[in-house]
Formats: sequence, C-alpha cells, structure tokens
Amino acid sequence: MSASSLDMPDVSLRTDTLREMRDAAVRRAPGPLQGKILYLEGLTVSFDGFKALDALTLYVDPGELRCVIGPNGAGKTTMMDVVTGKTRPEHGSAWFGRNVDLLALTEAEIAQAGIGRKFQKPTVFEFLTVFENLELALAGNKSFWRMLVARLTPGQRERIDEVLEIIGLTAQRFVLARTLSHGQKQWLEIGMLLMQEPELLLVDEPVAGMTPQETERTAELLLSLAGKHSVIVVEHDMDFVRSIARRVTVLHEGRVLAEGDMDQVQNDPRVVEVYLGA
Amino acid sequence: MTASSSVRTLLRSDTGGALFLALLAGVAIVVPLLNLVVPPSSPLHVSTFVLTLIGKYMCYAMLALAVDLIWGYCGILSLGHAAFFSLGGYAMGMYLMRQIGPRGVYGNPILPDFMVFLNWTELPWFWLGFNHFWFATVMMVLVPATMAVAFGWLAFRSRVTGVYLSIMTQALTYALMLAFFRNDMGFGGNNGFTDFKDILGFDLQQDATRVVLVVATAVALATSFLASRLIVASRAGRVIRAIRDAESRTRFLGYRVESYKLWVFVFSAVIAGIAGALYVPQVGIINPSEFAPINSIEVVIWVAVGGRGTLYGAAAGAALVSYAKTFFTGALPEMWLYALGAIFVFVTLFLPRGLIGLLPTSIRAR
Repeated sequence: MSASSLDMPDVSLRTDTLREMRDAAVRRAPGPLQGKILYLEGLTVSFDGFKALDALTLYVDPGELRCVIGPNGAGKTTMMDVVTGKTRPEHGSAWFGRNVDLLALTEAEIAQAGIGRKFQKPTVFEFLTVFENLELALAGNKSFWRMLVARLTPGQRERIDEVLEIIGLTAQRFVLARTLSHGQKQWLEIGMLLMQEPELLLVDEPVAGMTPQETERTAELLLSLAGKHSVIVVEHDMDFVRSIARRVTVLHEGRVLAEGDMDQVQNDPRVVEVYLGA
Repeated sequence: MTASSSVRTLLRSDTGGALFLALLAGVAIVVPLLNLVVPPSSPLHVSTFVLTLIGKYMCYAMLALAVDLIWGYCGILSLGHAAFFSLGGYAMGMYLMRQIGPRGVYGNPILPDFMVFLNWTELPWFWLGFNHFWFATVMMVLVPATMAVAFGWLAFRSRVTGVYLSIMTQALTYALMLAFFRNDMGFGGNNGFTDFKDILGFDLQQDATRVVLVVATAVALATSFLASRLIVASRAGRVIRAIRDAESRTRFLGYRVESYKLWVFVFSAVIAGIAGALYVPQVGIINPSEFAPINSIEVVIWVAVGGRGTLYGAAAGAALVSYAKTFFTGALPEMWLYALGAIFVFVTLFLPRGLIGLLPTSIRAR
C-alpha cells in the first residue's frame, strides 16, 4: 500500500472511513436473536457428474454483509443460482427466513419475496434510460394489466430520486443506460436491486473491471446498504473483501472450507493451501 | 381526461406516429371522394380497382403493425402471423358464404356450394351462428386469440425463444395450411371461399360498399396503431422492451415474462385477425394459400424495410413493399421474388433501422 501512496494519496483515510462504516453496519444489524435470514443446508448440485455444490451448508444473519470467496469452480455462482431459483439442487434445502421455501418458488416469486441479485456481468436495460431502469425495478404488483395503467406515485418518484442519489447517477437520469461507463452500469444495477427493497442482496463480483476510485465508491455503497439489508458479496479482489467484510466464507469444491473474520480465514492453513497461497 | 387529449398525450413523443395518422386520415377522406364524387372522365378520378388496392395495403399495414409489436418491441420473431390473419379472414369468409344463401350455383339456402358438392346434407356444428354478423365478428377476434393463447402458452411456458420459436411459428402456419387444404375440414378445401355477394345486405360489387370497407379499414388501422402505441408507451411497454433486451434480467426483477409475452402475442394475433377479416371482403377470396409460410416471411420483410420498433414504420413498409409487389408482378412477374430478396438484403446491410432510419431523429419515436 505504501508504495502507491503517491498515486492514491488518501487511501489510508479512506480505509478508516470504510472501517467505520463497516462497524456502523454491524451495529445497525438486528443481531442473531431474530434467527437467520438464509438457511442453506446440504445443497448438492451436479452437472454431468461434476459436483458444483457438495452438501453445502451456509447460514446468513439478518443485516449481515457476508463475503464469499473461493477459487474458480468453487460453487459460488451455483450457490447464487440455487438461492435465486435458476438452478434446482438434487439434495438439500434452502429457506429464506423461516417461512419461505426457496426450492418451491420460481425466479419471479423469489424476487418478489425479497431476494435481489446483481449479476457478474452488468445487465441493465441498455435501450431504456437510467430512470426507466429504476422504474421497472420498483417493488409491487408486476402483472401485465397493472403495468399497462401504472403511473408513478409521488412517493415512488421520491424513492427513485433517493436511489439515484445513493448510486450517484442523478445527473444521468435521462440518458440511455447503454451510454454509461462500466462502473456506472454496476451501480445502476445495484440501484435496481435497491428499488426492489430486498431483504437479501446477492452481489456477484461487483468490482471486477473497476478503477480503484470506482472500487472504493462501490465499497462505500455496499457498506451503506448492510444493516438495513443483508448482503452476500462474491468477490475475487482480496483488498476489496478485506475492506468491507466482517465475516468471510471460503468455498472450495462446492463445500465450505472455512468461515470467520478475514484474519482467521487468511491464516487458516487449508485456505492458504487452496486459494490464498497461490 | 378526454379521449382527444389522451391521444395527444400519447403522440406527444411520437411525431412520426402523428404524421402517419394524419396521412391515414387524409387518405380515408380524399380517396373515397375522388372515387365517388369525381367523375370517371376526370384525371383525378380514383378507380375502384385502386381504391380496393389501397384498402388491401391498409390490411397489410395492420398485419405489419401486429408483427412489429411482437418482434420490434418484444423481440419475438413470429414467422407465422399470416396464420392469424387467415383465421380472421376465414371467420369473415364463413359469414360471407352464409350470406350468399340461395344465390349459389346449387341454390341451397343453407349449405354453401362446396358442401352441396361434397354431398353434405347438413351444416357442420362449427358453421352454426356464422349467418349472424355479430357472431362472425366475435369469432374474427376469438379464433386468432384462442390459437395464439394455445400456441403462446405452450411455447413461452417452455421458454422456447429465438430461432426455435420462429421455426415453430412457421410449422404452425404450415400445419394450418395443410389442414385447411383438406376438403373434410369443412372450409372449402383448396378453393376456399369466393363468389361473395353482399355484406350486411350491401352489395360487395357496389363502389359505395367498397368505399365503406376502405374507410372501415382505415379506422381499424388507426385504432390498432393507437392501441399498440398505448401499450408501448405504458410501463408494460417498457417491460416488454426490457424483455427484448435482457429477458432473464427482467425475470429476476420479478416480472412474469411468459405472461407478458403471451398477452402481447395474443393482442398482436387479434390485430392480425381483424386485418384478415377486413381483407377478405375487399379481395373477394380466401383460400389455404393465405397460410403459406412465405406470406409470414414477407410480413417480416415489410417490417424490416419500413423500420422495426416504430409501429408506423412497419405500416409504411407494408404499403411500400406491397406496392412494389403490385408493380413487379405486373411488369416483370418472374423477377418479384428476386427483387424482394434483394430489398431485404439491401435493407439489412445498409439500412438496419429501415427506411424510417432515413428520417430526421426529431420525427422518429423511441
């Protein structure tokens, strides 16, 4: 870090800010008394004999910001696919809170139930404006007939303005999403998640391909969301994970290899062997 | 909000659409006058042949509009929309056949000629009610809609998309063509229906009747345009474009993509059906060749030439390409298919937005 101090003069200050935000997020979280927000137990998924998930068990607390790391093929994306209903496991159970059985719901129903997902590759609606992208992501009844006559209420307009503020795209509200930069598209997509007012956010590699400034902005954004929402972040960038995570889960070959804070995980010999040691 | 002010709101962001409607209104007023009022000796006189040709182009424009809605906005390339057009046409044809009554060659007051010819003694159950215009009108909408619901529900629920869906729509229209070719289907076999006499008691050979049909077609075209525009400009319309551009993303936002596709598909099929129903009394014939797969492909070319994703562009493309077809099949009949292919290749390579892309951006709607 010290070598790059010329390029990024206030990096230490920013790290402090992030640490403060992280602690604040932890304080905001409702705590473990209310039960978990996500229960994944014994999930097994195989593709042509290859076990993408092998009896994976994972719990997430309400308001937690959890980072999931692991080498390629460890099952990170498959896990998200199962939670969002894209892939069905052969064995195991997946519950959202105590009452919602995720394996019994379709993708749309899971989204309606309060789980939002941001994909690895930013997918925003390129030929709609930033504002319209957020408008479509609004929570509520989404049937064809309702949408045919839907008008924005003042409250909804305010909500869109608020989210535009959070993701820093207020000035770009009326431009087509295709004209945004890579980083801006990622934020727009996070904004779209926020419009759905999800309880749980799944964020897949949010900082891949971002500049250091954009990465830092994204870290702030995610930390400002934790506490109010539960957030699961899948990421490869270790500096980024270190700056935001309190609890880290390391996946390897479809199983949980280690779980704990960043220091514990980094010093775990098994983790060092399969992932960090490389 | 009054009807006229809501139309104005709808067209505020769509100058091209407003121009299109103005042009359509102009044609619907001027052409009938030039046909009925201006004497045939005058060079300004519009012959009944040209009048009917204009009515025919308007029916094609409606069909193109239907295809643009489903393809240009929802990304579903239907290569079977002529099937819905023909089903609507057959519903109208059945009414017109029943209107012939005892004036047929065999003079049977109930049975159309082809049934007498097949030695049938009684009207099949599915012909009952078609002597009433209201019943036929309901069927013009209901039959294409039902077919679209059945096909769309199965296809979209199974998440058939892209080229596979296009091939299935081709198969659909081809299967219907083969079915309608059979004499025992009860739809006149390969001859279909023709020799119509009158509609609602008005002689179809009269100029005045033809004028009314053309005006009715113009009204139907304008109404379909406005209804489609209403859908496209609503939030549902933005969802539909979202489905076109990133289907699974839309699903993860909590939209039931299948149901959106199905409703748009059904609405589009209904427009196509009404277009077919208006087409049949004007051209005076409907037979199974209307279901031919090539017809549906031609519609897609109209839309591509006009410019997809604008609605009025598709309508204009239908009229222009059909005019070119009328011209070519008169002057150089064997060259038409080559010319059509050449137009399609040219437009795809050099005018990806179609002819509408040549207009200044201030006119084009998003």
